[in-house]
Amino acid sequence: MQTPLDPVDLAKLSLKDAVLDVVEFRGETTIVVDPQRIVEVCQFFRDTEGLEYIFLSDITAVDYFPKEPRFALCYHLYSMLYTRRLRIKVYLPSDDPRLPSVTSVWPSADWEEREAYDMMGIHFEGHPSLRRILMPADWEGHPQRKDYPLGYEQVQFSFNFDDIDRLKPYAKD
Amino acid sequence: MSERPLLESSGHSANLTEWEGTVQELRGLVSPRALTGETMLLNMGPQHPSTHGVLRLLLELDGETVVNCVPDIGYLHTGIEKNMEAKTYEQAITMTDRMDYLNPMGNNLVYCLAIEKLAELDVPERAQIVRVLLAELTRINSHLVWLGTHCLDMGAMSVFLYAMREREMILDIFEMVSGQRMMSTYFRPGGLWRDVPAEFIPAVRAFIDYFPAKIEEYETLLVNNPLWIDRTQGIGVITPEEAIAYGCTGPTLRGSGVNWDIRKAMPYMGYETYQFDVPLGEHGDVYDRFYIRMQELKESVRIIRQAVDRLEKTGGPFRSQNRKYVPPPRSELGRSMEAVIHHFKLWTEGFSLPEGEVYVSIESPRGELSCYLSSDGGTRPHRVHFRTPSFVHTMGAIPKMAKDGMIADLVAIIGSVDIVLGDCDR
Amino acid sequence: MGVAGKLGNLGVVTTTLEAAINWGRTKSMWPMLFGLACCAIEMMSTQASVYDLSRFGMELMRASPRQSDLMIVAGRVTRKMAPVLRQLYDQMPDPKYVISMGDCASCGGIFNNYAIVQGVDEVVPVDVYVAGCPPRPEQLIHGIMTLHEKVKTQRIADWA
Repeated sequence: MQTPLDPVDLAKLSLKDAVLDVVEFRGETTIVVDPQRIVEVCQFFRDTEGLEYIFLSDITAVDYFPKEPRFALCYHLYSMLYTRRLRIKVYLPSDDPRLPSVTSVWPSADWEEREAYDMMGIHFEGHPSLRRILMPADWEGHPQRKDYPLGYEQVQFSFNFDDIDRLKPYAKD
Repeated sequence: MSERPLLESSGHSANLTEWEGTVQELRGLVSPRALTGETMLLNMGPQHPSTHGVLRLLLELDGETVVNCVPDIGYLHTGIEKNMEAKTYEQAITMTDRMDYLNPMGNNLVYCLAIEKLAELDVPERAQIVRVLLAELTRINSHLVWLGTHCLDMGAMSVFLYAMREREMILDIFEMVSGQRMMSTYFRPGGLWRDVPAEFIPAVRAFIDYFPAKIEEYETLLVNNPLWIDRTQGIGVITPEEAIAYGCTGPTLRGSGVNWDIRKAMPYMGYETYQFDVPLGEHGDVYDRFYIRMQELKESVRIIRQAVDRLEKTGGPFRSQNRKYVPPPRSELGRSMEAVIHHFKLWTEGFSLPEGEVYVSIESPRGELSCYLSSDGGTRPHRVHFRTPSFVHTMGAIPKMAKDGMIADLVAIIGSVDIVLGDCDR
Repeated sequence: MGVAGKLGNLGVVTTTLEAAINWGRTKSMWPMLFGLACCAIEMMSTQASVYDLSRFGMELMRASPRQSDLMIVAGRVTRKMAPVLRQLYDQMPDPKYVISMGDCASCGGIFNNYAIVQGVDEVVPVDVYVAGCPPRPEQLIHGIMTLHEKVKTQRIADWA
């Protein structure tokens, strides 16, 4: 088994300008890369000897409204051989967030990207079948965005019970 | 939904009432034979006795053989992640309980570990031991429900009744400790909600003395049973490379022989100090996954035994003393002004975490459960995301395993992968 | 009194038609499997060993709505699931009863957001609401007994 190599050094060496930033926080390494070159970056991390991040654990979409760039995608990778974790982060602008899909690198990215599309509205180019996964097929809007309301109902207390009761749709038999 | 007749000009027509999307989308998911009507599209709908929860599978059937299986989830999507952003950190723990409802303490645990990692909060020794103990009891609880429902689907109803009987003992322990049978919200950032009562240790000892005989009983019923072996061996095979590629973890991955258990690989909460083995399978079929979980029951009893011995020797606080995050006990409020100020701040707006993001994983009974927590310095979580094993297994492992099997095998496969729809849809 | 006493010795009981029909309905009400989320696990616990539902005549949980009388909506109903719920309710033959089990089914529970129907009575008419998150098996059994009381008060004049 080869000795584990440092992902940050190797990334800066081989990927050069795709790597935008490196953050170390609470023992976790985050590498910020250019979104349009994500497939190349992921393939690099998966295939290079000494890194071998063959397991994609999660793709998380974050919304930093109203800051720009608004969206971020975190790819959480594991290397089972060297028992290490890595996070690859990309930032996307708020108007038309799109980037290539990594389903060709890890098949499990398929449904995780669908969830990111459904919940945050991020488009993945080259995805085999990008459609809603958790919300109904005809739902409008992307629920986990910060400007999407929580959609809660007013709580009925005794003082406003009748007002809300009148507006509530009760089922008829 | 109106029937949409077929567009291909072969003279047959396919009944497309089950599909809500466009025909274009369907073309990519099922084989061309479905669109000509040669194979049948059957809806194994959200309400079905053998799907463990509200899972909808669109099956393309050629007689009894499953040609394609398209899962449709979201029938239990509760918007927990978004709802947690509206609550303070401690209020949000109650919402995590309801995600994977067979492993409520595990969900609490992963969220509390994420908060503790971000805040760099210490957890006293006694709290860690109790957490390990209860996490393993939750694992036994979850595996008993899995065993009961899996056997119920396959027709062995008596195992269901036996498993539920044992489970009542565990639920009594949970109720003794936290007041609630299932959704306990017992783990808090920094430790536990309150110290374990005096009857806890005798009750746990009584359980671990009683339980191994019951595991023997289940094994006698099932392990060498020719009917069981016929229905489970060689069914639903997944190779190790496929399992890793599709993101499988937990018994689904270990059934194929990959030795990956988060408790051993990236230990948390002191698991490296306990002696236990990780059972592995060989063939990656339903029988191996079943056998692994039976062995895991035994390993959990082993861990609990060690934890109880340790708990008797360890005293000390049950929660961190860091008053910025942990409320002071009421006895202190009468004597100290700082305690009153901390109490006030925690109760009115809650504690705030430093800015940053963390990612924490634990080994839930289903696989790897992880929490991504991102904070912007405020009192409410900015973004919480849970990576749940059932989501990945439902979308990836089940269609892969179900291909070219029969419908009856599909029932066995869904049972063996042990999905919980609350975990899948969040 | 005299006739009833004498007939009782011969093994004959007299009652009203209404009471007989209602007695028959309560003593063998078959629930439909409609467990959605966490409450379903408590419903399974109620059905199984320690708290036994078959002593109430409910041991057969039918998966098919066409063969069941009682729908226990156990768990949270999402907006995606609501049409399915209504369709299943419509497929049940009369007389049918609905128990809304748990907080999420009764009023939306702790989830007051875009995805959950705030109370299943927006979709189907409910007879008994059982509170709890999840309700203990004893609470569910109390809810079922309350439903039995309600059925016993039904009059033929209303439904015939």
